[in-house]
Amino acid sequence: MTSRVFYRRAALTAGVLALTGALAACSPGAPASEGGGSDGSVDAATATSAADFGGMDALVEAAKAEGQLNVIALPEDWANYGEIIAGFEEKYGITVNSASPDASSAEEIQAAENLKGQDTAPDVFDLGAAVALTNTDKFAPYKVEKWDEIPAENKESTGLWVNNYSGIMSLGYDADKLSEPKQVDDLLGSEFKGAVALNGDPTQAGAAFAAVGSISALNGGGIDDFGPGIDFAQKLRDAGNFLTVDPTPATIASGETPAVFDWSFNNIAAAADKPSWKTTVLDGPVYVSFYNEAINADAPNPAAARLWQEWIFSDEAQALFLEGNAVPVRIDALKEAGSVDEQLIEQVSFGTSSEDWISPDQAQTDAANALLSERWAAVVK
Amino acid sequence: MRKFLAALGLVPFTAYVVLFLIVPTLIAVGSGFTADGGLTLENLPVLFAPETLSAFWASIWLSAVTAVVGAVVGATLCWALAALPEQGPLRRVVDAASSVLAQFGGVMLAFAFIATIGSQGLITVLLRERLGTDIYADGVWLYELPGLVLPYLYFQVPLMVITFLPAVLALRPGWAEAVATLGGRGGSYWLRVGIPILTPAFLGSLLLLFANAFSSYATAAALISQGSQIVPLKIRAALIGETGASLASNAGVLALGMIVVMTIVMFGYGRLMARTARWQG
Repeated sequence: MTSRVFYRRAALTAGVLALTGALAACSPGAPASEGGGSDGSVDAATATSAADFGGMDALVEAAKAEGQLNVIALPEDWANYGEIIAGFEEKYGITVNSASPDASSAEEIQAAENLKGQDTAPDVFDLGAAVALTNTDKFAPYKVEKWDEIPAENKESTGLWVNNYSGIMSLGYDADKLSEPKQVDDLLGSEFKGAVALNGDPTQAGAAFAAVGSISALNGGGIDDFGPGIDFAQKLRDAGNFLTVDPTPATIASGETPAVFDWSFNNIAAAADKPSWKTTVLDGPVYVSFYNEAINADAPNPAAARLWQEWIFSDEAQALFLEGNAVPVRIDALKEAGSVDEQLIEQVSFGTSSEDWISPDQAQTDAANALLSERWAAVVK
Repeated sequence: MRKFLAALGLVPFTAYVVLFLIVPTLIAVGSGFTADGGLTLENLPVLFAPETLSAFWASIWLSAVTAVVGAVVGATLCWALAALPEQGPLRRVVDAASSVLAQFGGVMLAFAFIATIGSQGLITVLLRERLGTDIYADGVWLYELPGLVLPYLYFQVPLMVITFLPAVLALRPGWAEAVATLGGRGGSYWLRVGIPILTPAFLGSLLLLFANAFSSYATAAALISQGSQIVPLKIRAALIGETGASLASNAGVLALGMIVVMTIVMFGYGRLMARTARWQG
C-alpha cells in the first residue's frame, strides 16, 4: 500500500500517544504566543483575512513574533512537502515543527483534541475530504489573498477548509510486459490476465474508492452511480484479470502487480524503483480528489497558522506542489499567469483540463459507500 | 504464612496478565458497546449480519482445515522423528527448524509465498515455462481465501511438531514389548496403547492449531487486499476505513464474537478432557 494512510496508521501509537504523553509533558515550554498583531489590537485567533491584521506585512510581523509553526502528518516526500516547509522557513524565518509525518487524517484531529491548550498542538491541518467535512467545528475560518482565484467548489464559503492539491486517478503499468491500455475495456483482454490491482479495498481505502468511481465514469456511470464501476470489477474478476493483492512499491518492482490503479503521484513515484513503470490517464472523465487545508481553531500560533495558509496558496507553494506531481488547486490561475512551466503542467495533469475533472460531494460519497458496502463483498468473494 | 508467601509469588504474573491481556481485551470489546459516554447495544446487530456470519464461517472453516491437515501431517512427522536417534543430525535439524518456522508468519511469510508462488513467483514461472502448467489459469487464487491454506500450513505443521513431539517421545519402548509379550500383534500396540494415550495430547495440539489460525491476522492482511473474508480482516476494515463506509465501534463487537467462538471451543475441549481423564484414571 503506497497510500500515506497506511503509514499514517502505523504511527498511531508511536506518534499520537508518544506525542500526548511524553513530548507534551517534557517539552520545556516554548514561549506562549502573544495572540496579537504588532499594534496589540488584533486578535490573531479570530482574524479571518490578512486585512484583519492590517495587511500582509502586519500578518508576517505577527507570525514572526510567534516564531513557531506546528504542522502534522506532512511526509517530506509526499506532494513535495519537504520543500514547501523549507521554503516557508526560509522566506519568513519561522521554525516549522513537523510532528508525526506519517499520521492519518483522523489522527491529525485526535492530536488536536489531545493536545488542546498546549503549545505543541498542531496549528494547521492537511486532511482528506471525509475527515475535513465531519470536523468543521474544529477549524478557524480564513480567506487567503488568492481567495478569488480558487474555484467556488474547492472551498468552504467562509474558508473553514480550502482544497490545496489533488492527485489524478491513473493507471500505472509495466511497459516491458504490457502494451499501453487506451480504454478501460482493454484491461479485459488476455494480455492483462492476473494483472490489474487497486490500491486497497474500495470500502476502506480512499484511493481504491476513487479507482472504482473513475472506472465507473469511464464505463457509462459516474460519481452519481458507482454501479458500472462495480460491474466492471466483476467482469475483470470473471476474466481472471483482477489481482486482489495489495500493491506496494515492492510488488511493483518485482513485477507481481503489473497494472495498478492509484493516484498519479504514487504511480509516478513508483517508477523510481521500476524504470519501465509508466503512468497513464485513460481518455474520458478524470477523477480527482483534493486534500483540504484548514487552520486549527485552537492553534497555539494563530498568526503563523494564517501565514502558512497564505503560503500554501501562494504562487510559489502551488508551483512546488506541481513539482511533486500533485495538481494544485490554483492550476488554472497558474496557467493563465504563465508563472510556471507549461510543460510541467501538461505532465502533471496528463493533459487534462479542470473542466473534465470529477469529484463526488458528500451525498454522492454516501451513496457510493452504501452501494459498495452492499455489492463489493460479492465481487471479491 | 507460607500460603500467603506462595500467593505473593503469583502477583507478578497476575499483574502482567491483567495489565496486558485482560484490560486491553475489556477495552477493545468495550469499545463496541459504548457511545457518547453511555452503554449501547446498537452495534450488536453487526454480529448477525449475513456478511459477518459468512466471515465467521470462513474463519472457522479455514482454521479447522489448516488445524486438521497440520495436525495429521505434523503427527506423522513426529512419529517418524521419534524413531530417529535423539542426537542424530536429521532429528536435530527438524526439531530446530520447527521451533523457528512455527513462529514464521505475517508479512515475511506472505512475501515468501509471493516470491515463490505469486503470479511472477519462481515456482509459478518455472511451471509455466518448463512444464506448460499455469496454476493461475483461472485467476490468482493465492490472494483469495483458498490461497491462505498453504501459508497457514507453513506454520501449523511445525507448531504441531513442537507441541506433539514430547507426547510421542513419552511412549516407553517397554510398552510395545509388553504388548508383544502378551501376544499382541503389530497393530494392537497402536490401537490399544499408543493411540489412546496420545489422543488427549493430539486433541490439545489440534485445539492450539485451531486457535493459532483463528487469531492469525498479519499473513492474511498482507496477502488479501480485496474484501474481508475472515473475521480478523473484518476488524481491520472496521478500524482503518477512511472512506466513511466503516464504523470503528464494530471492531469491538466482532472481537467479542471471536472470544465467544474460542470459549465454545475451549468448553468442548474441557468436556472431552474430563471424559478422557475418567477412563485413564
